[in-house]
Amino acid sequence: MAAAIQPVIKGARYFLAHTPGLVAYGSKPAREIARAPALAESIRARLRSYEDALSYPPNQVFLGAIDPDELSSMSRPWFLVKKEPRRRHPHGEIMPEEEFYAFMKHCDSAGLLWLEEEFLRTAGQRLQAHPLIKQTDPGGGKPFSTIEAQVGAQAALPLCLRDGRMVGCVFPGDKEDRSLAADLLLENLACKATASMALRTLLDDTGVQASAVDYLLNSGEEAVGDRYQRGGGNLAKAIGEACGCANAAGVDVKGFCAGPNHALLVAGSLIAGGVFRNVVVVGGCSLAKLGMKFQGHLKHGYPILEDVLAGFAILVARDDGRHPRLRLDSAGLHRVGTGSSQQAIFAALVAEPLERLRLRFGDVDKYATELHNPELTEPSGSGNVPLTNYRLIAALAAKRGEIGPGDIPTFVERHGMPGYAPTQGHVASAVPFLGHALDRIMAGALERAMFVAKGSLFLGRMTQMADGVSFIVERNPEQRKK
Amino acid sequence: MELRGKKVIALGERDGVQGSSIALCARSAGAEVVLELTHCFV
Repeated sequence: MAAAIQPVIKGARYFLAHTPGLVAYGSKPAREIARAPALAESIRARLRSYEDALSYPPNQVFLGAIDPDELSSMSRPWFLVKKEPRRRHPHGEIMPEEEFYAFMKHCDSAGLLWLEEEFLRTAGQRLQAHPLIKQTDPGGGKPFSTIEAQVGAQAALPLCLRDGRMVGCVFPGDKEDRSLAADLLLENLACKATASMALRTLLDDTGVQASAVDYLLNSGEEAVGDRYQRGGGNLAKAIGEACGCANAAGVDVKGFCAGPNHALLVAGSLIAGGVFRNVVVVGGCSLAKLGMKFQGHLKHGYPILEDVLAGFAILVARDDGRHPRLRLDSAGLHRVGTGSSQQAIFAALVAEPLERLRLRFGDVDKYATELHNPELTEPSGSGNVPLTNYRLIAALAAKRGEIGPGDIPTFVERHGMPGYAPTQGHVASAVPFLGHALDRIMAGALERAMFVAKGSLFLGRMTQMADGVSFIVERNPEQRKK
Repeated sequence: MELRGKKVIALGERDGVQGSSIALCARSAGAEVVLELTHCFV
């Protein structure tokens, strides 16, 4: 009997777009500005420069330049710690808003995003010099007066830069269709563009040809579709088209913040079943979450720190005896009957699979949970999400008698990590550590890591249930033999 | 706090205590739960 095919993870890459000009279109800022228009100026005055976003340590951790554990030793607030403001890092780049707008236009197959002609000329030239976007033709721009007239007639949503300068606009797909409103199309287009940049980075860095990708699984939280099929989806194929993956099929796997972990398990299963050789899991940004905690930031005199859009791409392939294995037998699942208390969720996602594999809590070197940057959430009273999760995992270890109650802080420090991901929903959920984990496992510095993600199904009002899924990634046994 | 006969709004949090858990406690203490919601703050 032939040995079962084991899935490995060959690469994980990330992308950030610094988009302070879009912060006003985040759900929370947009609602508050509608109530109190003067707030728009207060927000604009606290938007960060591109250089500040480049030098922000959590962004550099997200892109692989700094180890997550190193962040623990940096004094808070982190926005006062200025690292070298580089654009490209080991796991991806931070793109400035001008180029990102031009790239969104490149991704806009419906012709609904207009950019001012002079702005597009300059931004387009910069984009064409980008090593991953050489062939791009962003198309023609429009005179400023034309854009101004469309926005003035309230037919289009203005597109502005950090300094407030209007450089373009976005049209609705159909004026009578709420599902194709301009703000929703902007969200979806930004999601497509960020995921596409992450995928381009992944393919370039791993040396895998776009034509070799068999299947794409998009795991984002956007809702693409018109009035008759709101959320109909399959942004996966649109992302594949934008990256030249001509031989790939694709579909979306949805599950709120747990979507990426679900998609990775599906990807691994498709590899193990012999259906495909190369499956890529992608996820684009959540534009709605820009500036989500801006009130706390303004109150404490912080800059508006939720000013980046994020995306990721992860390549799952057949075992090559080299790359870390995605262990399908380690899947931890929140089932319909599991219950939604935190203890029940973590017992199902962490304790149960460990017991099944006869592993102890301490056998997992690192746990990656919700990795939201606490500097973004604490000023508004939303707490330190990763720390709460790590304490719960440690408490379960103590309950099982594997550590003493007094060992909980040490366990958290050793097996956890500080949060560093932007509050971009599913993007912040466990997968940000995958790039670091692969690097460390390949270097022999890490044996195994567990990726734990939770999904807030109750937000959609169709159930009171939560969701969650976990798995272990560990060193390839062939490497262990060496 | 005496909850018997009181009306309760149970607002839970994804990473803390869920609305359904708060509602269960309130009901067991004799309160009437008029609204039960869980939110996610990230």
